[in-house]
Amino acid sequence: MRRRTIFSLVLALVVASAIPALAADPIRIGAIFAVTGPAANLGLPESRTLQMLVDDTNASGGILGRKIELIVKDSQGSTEKAVSFAKQLVEEDGVLAIIGPSTTGESMALKGYSDQNEQILISCAAAATIVQPVAKWVFKTPQMDSFAAQAIFATMKKLGISRFGAVVSNTGFGQGGKAQLEKLAPQSGLTLAITEVYDSTATDLTAVLAKVKAQNVQAVVNWSVEPAQSLVPKNMKQMGFDVPLFQSHGFGNIAYVTAAGKAADGIIFPAGRLLVAGVLPASHPQKQVLSAYKKEYEAKFGDEVSTFGGHAYDAFLILTEAVKKAGGTDKYKVRDAIESLKGLVGTAGVFSFSPEDHNGLTMESFEMLTVKNGAFAVYGR
Amino acid sequence: MSADQILQYLLSGITTGSVYAVVGIGFNIIYSSTGIINFAQGEFLMLGGMISVSLAPHMPLAAAIAIAVVATGLVGVALQLVFISWLKNPAILRVIIITIGLSILVREASLHIWDEKVRALPFWTGSETSSLAVLGAHISPQVLWVLAASALMVGALTLFFRFTITGRAMRACASNATAARLCGIRTSTLVTLSFFIAAAMGALAGCAVSPLTQTQYDMGTSLAVKGFTCAVLGGLGNVTAAVAAGLLVGVLEAASISILPLAYKDVVALAIMLAILFFRPEGLFGGRRAALAGVR
Repeated sequence: MRRRTIFSLVLALVVASAIPALAADPIRIGAIFAVTGPAANLGLPESRTLQMLVDDTNASGGILGRKIELIVKDSQGSTEKAVSFAKQLVEEDGVLAIIGPSTTGESMALKGYSDQNEQILISCAAAATIVQPVAKWVFKTPQMDSFAAQAIFATMKKLGISRFGAVVSNTGFGQGGKAQLEKLAPQSGLTLAITEVYDSTATDLTAVLAKVKAQNVQAVVNWSVEPAQSLVPKNMKQMGFDVPLFQSHGFGNIAYVTAAGKAADGIIFPAGRLLVAGVLPASHPQKQVLSAYKKEYEAKFGDEVSTFGGHAYDAFLILTEAVKKAGGTDKYKVRDAIESLKGLVGTAGVFSFSPEDHNGLTMESFEMLTVKNGAFAVYGR
Repeated sequence: MSADQILQYLLSGITTGSVYAVVGIGFNIIYSSTGIINFAQGEFLMLGGMISVSLAPHMPLAAAIAIAVVATGLVGVALQLVFISWLKNPAILRVIIITIGLSILVREASLHIWDEKVRALPFWTGSETSSLAVLGAHISPQVLWVLAASALMVGALTLFFRFTITGRAMRACASNATAARLCGIRTSTLVTLSFFIAAAMGALAGCAVSPLTQTQYDMGTSLAVKGFTCAVLGGLGNVTAAVAAGLLVGVLEAASISILPLAYKDVVALAIMLAILFFRPEGLFGGRRAALAGVR
């Protein structure tokens, strides 16, 4: 008797919890971003953007008539946390896909896990290694770091530079950049005289820059996403090291320019077109997407848009387009649908995926930018 | 390596070291009056930087810094009154752990008050691009300001601890709180005062280094680790020694960078610190008794 009561109670609970799920039946999406911590400059705009898009979509009736339920986890840029959040999202929350993580280190930690568990992961981190070699279930939205290195080298050649030095941070992003610089410099006929790795929390880099200066280089490349991006230009000026400074696409956040002040003027770096949306010709295919996103984000958060938020924008766009194309939330069909998306206009560029290409962008997605009087401008224009 | 380059490394070492030194001073103040290591000291630097950066556009730089120093001092007092003062005879270890908790609290609160972005105070003289030529090598004028701020703090603190009744009473507190109380010293007031001074000095240090190191909500921890290293290396309780140790670590790191890959600089600095602590547990410049009593 007692046992039967318990049984019926449990049954009632199960039924009760199943009913609302059937009635609302939202599409669950997980996100892992470094909302706080040293990579917060990436994670915060990403999480804001994603929440904004989910709210917009739900306000206009959702996708295929279903609302979207977003679960955002703050990994603080920690690989361990990213992994345990991913397990939580998949095993407890049963999400359709995970958007993020923000950083390369975290993304690489999740690459194997996602593939083994057949879990869609759309990373917002840069390094080419996330999708090369291709993992069946892993995609990424930012431009490849190999494209960034190639774009930098093309500009160096135009300036007649043949010998340069590099400083990179000791993060996944920095290591990824280091690998690409070392691999691609000889192919472009350039000499990489010295590469130094610094701590991502460094507060002064004059000593390491003195070492680079001693190598008689014609230019310096800094590859990081940390505040060190503002330290390097300041330190160079302070020590009278007057050669062109190139930075990676990680420099696409105006806060770094503000923190570096006058020292930022003249920095050259590759970036998506979001930062110069205002000066793009009206005929440019990305003009409409970029302007609309920039306007909404800046109005809503009173903060300048950065390329990182754009990466989350693109991830959401890709996922929702794939769900529409698949006509449901069967993860196998959605994954196949992502792989078949062509000519999808996002903030980073125009995405065309294939089974071999899980990034879908080309070098054309980068524009070389520079800093003029504390603002971003198209380089050479 | 040319003489120019050696000089450039030396100046780089001084730049880095001046930051370590000015952080190291703060640890000594609370230690000298209570025997506590305050791990929230780095957060006081961050607060000083953040408040002054927020105020700087609206008023002269000096006024922004002055307000930041006083405001951070009051935050220090508030933290001590709310979280520490009501404990009756707490074990020192317990208070140290409380300060770690406070550092997390202050950090998270700052993230909510401001945001995750890096900020920097304007250079006190010149700008980001100005540099002073010294015999063919270059250094930022702000480094001289940091050194000047260190010198000012060291001078003021030395005079205060040696020659004022309050300062001497503070040292007595650290030496033996019960005996100090029996002599009629109000120990609780003095501990609160020491938090005010440490927080205010930390804020001044935070303003001085902000143009160089930049300020963001989570800068406190990494700065505090280096500052603490220097305070221990110099000999806890000795502010002059903390400055000397800071500069020494900075120059050693620069020397290490000149020969080894950059990644080894902390290894070199920490190895030297361990070696020194092994042979001289009282620190480079501390007397034998200082190690035991924590007072000079």
